[in-house]
Amino acid sequence: MSSNTDFLLSIENLTVSFDGFKAIEGLNFYMDENELRVIIGPNGAGKTTLLDMVCGKTRASEGSIKFKGKELTRMREHRIVWEGVGRKFQTPSIYEELTVFDNLEVSYPQGRGVFGALAFKRDEQVLRRIHEVANEIQLEDRLEEQAGLLSHGQKQWLEIGMLLIQDPELLMLDEPVAGMSVSEREETAKLLRKIAQGRSVIVIEHDMEFVASLGGKVTVLHQGKILAEGDMQALKQDKRVIDVYLGH
Amino acid sequence: MNIMNSLYRLFQGRHGSLGSILLLAIILMVVMPMMFDIYRLNLAGRYLTYAFVALGLVLCWGYGGILSLGQGIFFGIGGYAMAMFLKIEASDPVSTSIQSTPGIPDFMDWNRLTELPWFWVPFNSLTLTIIAVLVLPAAFAYLIGFAMFKRRVSGVYFAIITQALAVVLTILIIGQQGYTGGINGITDLRTLHGWDIRDDSARYLLYYLNAILLIGCLLIGRWVLNCKYGRILSALRDKEDRVRFSGYDVANFKIFIFCLAAFISGIGGAMFTLQVGFMSPSFIGIVPSIEFVIFAAVGGRLSLVGGVYGALIVSFAKTMFAEAYPQLWQFLIGAVFIVVVLVLPYGLASVYGRYGRRLFTPVKDWFSKRKANSSGASAGLKEKRS
Repeated sequence: MSSNTDFLLSIENLTVSFDGFKAIEGLNFYMDENELRVIIGPNGAGKTTLLDMVCGKTRASEGSIKFKGKELTRMREHRIVWEGVGRKFQTPSIYEELTVFDNLEVSYPQGRGVFGALAFKRDEQVLRRIHEVANEIQLEDRLEEQAGLLSHGQKQWLEIGMLLIQDPELLMLDEPVAGMSVSEREETAKLLRKIAQGRSVIVIEHDMEFVASLGGKVTVLHQGKILAEGDMQALKQDKRVIDVYLGH
Repeated sequence: MNIMNSLYRLFQGRHGSLGSILLLAIILMVVMPMMFDIYRLNLAGRYLTYAFVALGLVLCWGYGGILSLGQGIFFGIGGYAMAMFLKIEASDPVSTSIQSTPGIPDFMDWNRLTELPWFWVPFNSLTLTIIAVLVLPAAFAYLIGFAMFKRRVSGVYFAIITQALAVVLTILIIGQQGYTGGINGITDLRTLHGWDIRDDSARYLLYYLNAILLIGCLLIGRWVLNCKYGRILSALRDKEDRVRFSGYDVANFKIFIFCLAAFISGIGGAMFTLQVGFMSPSFIGIVPSIEFVIFAAVGGRLSLVGGVYGALIVSFAKTMFAEAYPQLWQFLIGAVFIVVVLVLPYGLASVYGRYGRRLFTPVKDWFSKRKANSSGASAGLKEKRS
């Protein structure tokens, strides 16, 4: 058994209960650096809750979450972000009234305190980085547009861009292709494979084709516990997985 | 060419264009003093002190999404701080010689106090008083903000708590007559370092001082909104969780804007006391606090200058109507509020935004043409941005 610190993220014996209902129960989960991991599972399996707990939105009843050897379960949300954990929400969570440029600038990891934000200067470096990320998410020619006017798929990309600009070591994406067209899905898969270079990524996804196109290890959650783990091909043969999930 | 460029840049900035602030400055400093006699001008000056509070509400409610129904608290703290200084000066031993304890404010004597309470002592000094006016409202706002925002109290709950605090403060002041002057407030204020604040020249001077301070606060607000902080504030109003999980301690951002609003309101309160010559609990409680919100709503809660116009227009309307039909005013202001919320959620400023802006497009086009001609050397990334 290797020690905790060898992993980028190690979750042990994690339990959370909401009024007696255990959404996550005794969960152990380990992730290496630069790993791309997909989490699947039926509705109510605890996938989103797991991400909520890593980023501090939901607090654990028991157990530990260690990121680069640091305990996250008691850390405040913005500190977890400072440690290098980025989280994309399920529904596109962008600032609709601001422009695409402003959305990215607000997410730029500088001027994070009140007075830092007052003194923040939009210098060449900031502009370069914003254009770089905008280019990556294919929104460079729409920077001045109000973010609320983007299409659903573009909003999802924008939120991914808002995380990319912070250059997190661990990026967690909750159903990034939900509601996207087929071509948008392909583009997103391409984007995800690209941004997974040099960082760890957790993706929650329902769409099996999309999961297969991403590659990487898959974790199947069921009733707050890990049911199986491995590559997609092996899991497709697994009787338990078929019963609770794939068989539907 | 360079001058044209910097001039053009001055008029940019999405929030509170300098043009609109300049126009307001002209109206306040040139047009109104020319139109009004000193009585009306003094009245306008009094309404403009409410504009400070409305401006604070534009910042914290309009842009920050924090609705406070207790801004009277900060207006009151600023006003009382100034009133305490003026009252001590008005209560010199000679003019209070008929009291059983000469040299203390009259209401203290009536309540059988024999010496100045400890918390009145600093207000012997004008310097300390000015510091109190500038610091106390923001410090009190910090306490409230810290207690509320760190616990993630927001929305309607925050509004109710601030309203309750306004009531508590009113009751406290009314109940402690010997220390505060009670329901009458602190009255009969005459001089500031021997300078009679009631004569006409003083009123003119105070009016102008008030207008300059108001413009100064507008510029502060404009600056805050136009830097990254301002965009984070708008983001916060829209998607608080996204901001939090982008690495910001959301509570601190809310506390700051709430303190800034309180700071600005406190200055308004002090200027009120100076121009009107008294301060009383009736400017702290629920009714004034809600009126401040109405000023901001009518003027436009997303417009810095809108708050000022809202305060002026509604207050003048109140004076005119309340003279003729004192009973009807409450209904009228209620109706105005409902109409604004339903039809014009962004107030009078949105009417300008919809129709008035066209009037200025030729001017702006001219400026952009000048800019297009003169750019080139400074192209690069900045060009893409504009």
